[in-house]
Amino acid sequence: MSRELMKGNEAVAEAAVRAGVVSYFGYPITPQTELLEYMSRRMPELGRAFVQAESELGAINMVYGAACTGHRTMTSSSSPGVSLMLEGVSYIAGTELPMVLVNVMRGGPGLGNIAPAQSDYNQMVHGGGHGDYRCIVLAPCSVQESIDLTVLAFDLADKYRSIVVLLTDGSIGQMMEACELPPMQPLKTKFADWAVQGAEGRERRFLTSINLDPAAQEEMNYRLLKRWVEVEANEVRYQEYFMEDAEYVVTGFGSSARIALSAVRAARAEGIKVGLIRPITLSPFPKQVYANLSDKVKGMLVVEMNAGQMLEDVMAANRYRIPTEFFARLGGVVPFPDEVLEEIHRMVETPIPTDSHPRDRWFARVMAKG
Amino acid sequence: MQTEVIIAGFGGQGVLFGGQLLAYAGLDEGKHVTWIPAYGPEMRGGTANCTAIVSDEEIGSPLVRYPAAIIAMNRPSLDKYENQVKPGGLLVVNSSMLDRPVKRTDIRVLEVDAGDVAERLGDKRMTNMVLLGALLANLPVLPMSAIENALKVHLPERHQRLLPKNFEALREGAKYKVN
Repeated sequence: MSRELMKGNEAVAEAAVRAGVVSYFGYPITPQTELLEYMSRRMPELGRAFVQAESELGAINMVYGAACTGHRTMTSSSSPGVSLMLEGVSYIAGTELPMVLVNVMRGGPGLGNIAPAQSDYNQMVHGGGHGDYRCIVLAPCSVQESIDLTVLAFDLADKYRSIVVLLTDGSIGQMMEACELPPMQPLKTKFADWAVQGAEGRERRFLTSINLDPAAQEEMNYRLLKRWVEVEANEVRYQEYFMEDAEYVVTGFGSSARIALSAVRAARAEGIKVGLIRPITLSPFPKQVYANLSDKVKGMLVVEMNAGQMLEDVMAANRYRIPTEFFARLGGVVPFPDEVLEEIHRMVETPIPTDSHPRDRWFARVMAKG
Repeated sequence: MQTEVIIAGFGGQGVLFGGQLLAYAGLDEGKHVTWIPAYGPEMRGGTANCTAIVSDEEIGSPLVRYPAAIIAMNRPSLDKYENQVKPGGLLVVNSSMLDRPVKRTDIRVLEVDAGDVAERLGDKRMTNMVLLGALLANLPVLPMSAIENALKVHLPERHQRLLPKNFEALREGAKYKVN
């Protein structure tokens, strides 16, 4: 395979094509638009379906219909557009259908701006639509990983009849990097016994998210949970850097993790024994990695481009055992590695208080700077 | 070894393409590369800049505060970026569009009348190539042949006939050396 230089958004689109996506429905929004644009060219070329819907609401409901056929389908958007889709997302979860949703996050809340942010972590990992469902959430940090996780997303969606979210941001979406694309997969020819493609000669199937009988709805919720237990047991993914002898740990996902990696390398060059943990699956969250951190770890720094959304999961995962600090930039501001390095120095040089919340201390520092 | 280059100027000056050429050339040389634009709701005439990184190892942050080199194609870019060049780093400026000298003395400065050179060669739109040539002659990040090859492969079809002129622009730029 040859290496090429591709933009994150376009790489995701081509990866989806090669993973055998048969239909794409979307609506333009920066910083995601290149994905839709690429699909508008590529899908018709292959005789597959591309529809630019009248809105995000239209797009997600078209995905809902397409997913009922058992064929691979997807949509993509950016933060405000994803908010619009969430009713449909819940219906798709309630109908137990596989789909892939790409969210190229931007600054918010509200219309916000078009700069890279990570403030949809809670929305994608802990909620979004109504009802008791979980999405698998994959967080790439490079163009190559965007490709690899897009392919994985379709496989996991099929395997668990689940919604899989590829959670990137404006930075990863707009960036060009060297990458290798996977080979073109043949389209699916075998379909699950729930898929509806015409009932001639067989008993009819019925797909819905309505369950007026609470006991039946409870059964459905049990089914979702049973699948989720399997997902948690089998699909946790993360990456570690310099962890063998680490006395301090920096952790973050996606763009934050890359920025932190630069800072961690600089700190290592100064002789500081610091490592990096990067969750690749935000959901299921790699709880065990944080729970199992050795008592030799004296401090942990969580770095995010939101006000501490993953922070809560990291702290709960290690049962509030390891003294933790927090650093973030908000609203579409991307931190520089030297800012993170400064926070590593603070963590190493001053005792970490355990009687206050890391977010409160970080915010007090921000406010004190003025 | 990692080298970061920011190219900044007006939209339409070939800022983004200049950075992409560095990335393509780095890719062909087997390096790790990232290219990231400062994208915004902007149009021709607005400010534009991009960061290209060429490295021997996996690249961490795609953005750096203090890059090894900066090409400033106009006055607003010089004002914005002069103080960000890493001490000892390289600042290449398009003196054809500047009305003030560079103030820093702790960096290597290369003043190139690139706009005039490009115009003399027949097309002002090659200003970016003159500056890129000057950068490469003074920063051993990639061989000129890699850039020429990247240009050959990635210059849009409709501009392929301009290839020899662009090579000439690169070579003219490469004649400028930091004292």
